[in-house]
Amino acid sequence: MVVSRVGSRERHADDIFRALADRTRRDVIRRAMNGTLSVSDLARLYPMSTTAVQKHVAVLEKAGLVHLTRRGRQLLVQTEIDTVAEAQILLAEFERLWRDRLDRIGDVLAQPEEGDRS
Amino acid sequence: MTVIAVDRDPMARTLTIVAEFDKPAERVWQVWADPRQLERWWGPPTYPATVVDHDLSEGGRVTYFMTAPDGEKLHAWWRIVSVDPPRSLAFEEGNADDSGPNDDPPTTSIKVRLVETPEKTTMTITCKFAPTADKEVPGAGTESGMRLAVGQIDGILATTIVS
Repeated sequence: MVVSRVGSRERHADDIFRALADRTRRDVIRRAMNGTLSVSDLARLYPMSTTAVQKHVAVLEKAGLVHLTRRGRQLLVQTEIDTVAEAQILLAEFERLWRDRLDRIGDVLAQPEEGDRS
Repeated sequence: MTVIAVDRDPMARTLTIVAEFDKPAERVWQVWADPRQLERWWGPPTYPATVVDHDLSEGGRVTYFMTAPDGEKLHAWWRIVSVDPPRSLAFEEGNADDSGPNDDPPTTSIKVRLVETPEKTTMTITCKFAPTADKEVPGAGTESGMRLAVGQIDGILATTIVS
């Protein structure tokens, strides 16, 4: 794993996972796959205010999971498939991080402990 | 050390990894319980970790920083949720800055379980990312509604992998 910036990478992963943690937001991602629904169209689908839906969309946009396009008075929502795929990739990267850590634990355990008499 | 199982679950936001070590559980436990040993494996060689505080008791804090090749210090903290030496450890991890932990919620919760058999110790590590969301949805749905949504997103991910 090329650790360019462990911290910022984890922070970005955090944005994506946090965005995906919400039921409504996962549903928005599904419905916005073909990019034909506007924020107001989406707002009609959920038992919550347009403002609440706007907030969910904003969280998704911040995480890069959707992008917004203005068409006339409409704000269309489109899922970013690449970012959804990135959630998979990020887990794979965390897997590599942990595999490396476990390798190093193996190394630590292979050496005698300080104070060992053996 | 042998990794014997890995499970990635993007929708549950968990990574589970199981490894075997040919040492007793008491010995494996030390890599967590002894800050000097923890420093030797937590950070990659290019980002060595320095443990500052290390209180591995329930509610206790561990603070550390990793030093980047350019000298920048990446601070982070753990809050110990539960501990049962040498069998289990659960903690939350979050980012911090130079002045200490920030107000951001934890980014990851990590559970460690050690099981000793006569010849070896199995360590299972489960990382769950950003577990604190999901509370701003008014009238949050039923369990079955949740399952449906999760299934839908699984479909998206499956499509993504194929394409």
